[in-house]
Amino acid sequence: MSYGSTIKIPVGPQHPALKEPEYFLLEVDGDFVVNVKPRIGYVHRGLEKAFENNTYLHDLYLAERICGICSHAHTTCYTQAVEGLTPLEIPPRAKHIRVIMAELERLHSHSLWVGIAAHEAGYDTMFMYMWKEREIIMDLMEEISGNRVTHAINTIGGVRRDITDEQANKIRKFLDRFESDMKGYIKALENEPTFIKRTRGVGILKPSDAIATCAIGPTLRASGIKNDVRKDDPYLVYDEIPFNVIVNDGCDVFARTIVRCEEMIESANIIRYCLDHMPSGEIRIKAPRTFPPNESLGRVEAPRGELIHYTKSNGTVKPERHKVRAPTLGNLLSVCKTLIGAHIADVPLILAGIDPCFSCMDRILVKRV
Amino acid sequence: MSIIKWARLKSPWLIHFNTGGCNGCDIEFVAAITPRYDVERFGILLKGSPRHADILGVTGPITVQVAKRVLRVYKQMPDPKFVVAIGTCAISGGPFKDSYSVYGGVDSIIPVDVYIPGCPPKPEAIINGIAKLFEKIGGGNGGSNKKN
Repeated sequence: MSYGSTIKIPVGPQHPALKEPEYFLLEVDGDFVVNVKPRIGYVHRGLEKAFENNTYLHDLYLAERICGICSHAHTTCYTQAVEGLTPLEIPPRAKHIRVIMAELERLHSHSLWVGIAAHEAGYDTMFMYMWKEREIIMDLMEEISGNRVTHAINTIGGVRRDITDEQANKIRKFLDRFESDMKGYIKALENEPTFIKRTRGVGILKPSDAIATCAIGPTLRASGIKNDVRKDDPYLVYDEIPFNVIVNDGCDVFARTIVRCEEMIESANIIRYCLDHMPSGEIRIKAPRTFPPNESLGRVEAPRGELIHYTKSNGTVKPERHKVRAPTLGNLLSVCKTLIGAHIADVPLILAGIDPCFSCMDRILVKRV
Repeated sequence: MSIIKWARLKSPWLIHFNTGGCNGCDIEFVAAITPRYDVERFGILLKGSPRHADILGVTGPITVQVAKRVLRVYKQMPDPKFVVAIGTCAISGGPFKDSYSVYGGVDSIIPVDVYIPGCPPKPEAIINGIAKLFEKIGGGNGGSNKKN
């Protein structure tokens, strides 16, 4: 139903549904959104310039602070780019440890998101359950790396800490319980009528639109398109690990939830495989402090999608240029597309549906002179 | 202790504002309301509107673009209001303090009552910081009902 005239509703930068300062101007006709204008840049911290002013080793810790949820994905991508400058081949044990941490991080990031999505849909019980699981994953990561959020386990040329047998057994024990519990949570989500009513058919992103708007990660996979950097362009030891790329044809928020839940089970299998097939030996090699003039690109499947770090060296201890392309930037256009035609009440849920992380993404500062 | 002060200490409402942080502190802040830490047992409730809040929890360095918004949120809060700076970035700007698009810590634009250091601080540290704020509001007796 159309009322013939539209009004504008601002969402953000301070908004209870958005944990980060970001602004969306919604144009609504009656109850339906007809146009969306995002305004990005509130979290612009001048990261790429900061990369140029620090040494390669300092930049590693700066890369970790791009995002507090996928910090390990950023350092993996950064080290991949920097190690590609010479190139440097890291020991196989270090590769396995990086994969284990990356998948543990995917578990924590996805469980966090499923909790938030359930909360936005008004299903708070699942929010509390998922965050309870997440705390246990955080404990495991803290035990391995020494820190809950900024793990600092990657270094140029390998990893800084080894995983002991005792820790490996602890992880295995957790994964066995987590996998069976996760199947229970999926069953609960699939049978909970309130959750289904809030999410099924909401935020439809057709496969053709998903490709046209450059969607990536779980958002794209929930539109039925098989795309995963771990499979398409394997890095570390992903080419040796058997795993499936989860896809779902639902194209809605419900499909995005299920894709992420099933990916968690797949991640648990990857971790188990890595723990069983981890070779012994060195965990790092000595890396040079300066890199010869060269260009290199790192590609990693972060929990939210494809993450790209590009670096250019000039023979000194500092990079000449460093560029970060975060997955949320790829998904932002798709969310603007899915918002059109949605009810106002569904806006927070659809926005949360892409698992936005604006701190990864913001790179602009508009100066009016 | 007056009844208003008593109510303020027993049920402080929080608002959280990310001023350009990396999500690390924000998620630890949200983790503090989940089952393991559960700050609601102290009567602390996370609120969506600044007009309902007593305490402003700020995470992240103040970026140039967000500074005006922080001030606006701070001005919208009713008196008396308290500000908690969560994390190294909110205290000093952290690794971004030399950046062209960052002003620095929260105290560069609004007064801060409690600083919680860490990158990011653990949920336990955040709870401890807020307990310190209660001590400050309650005049040193930590919100206890005892007259001393």
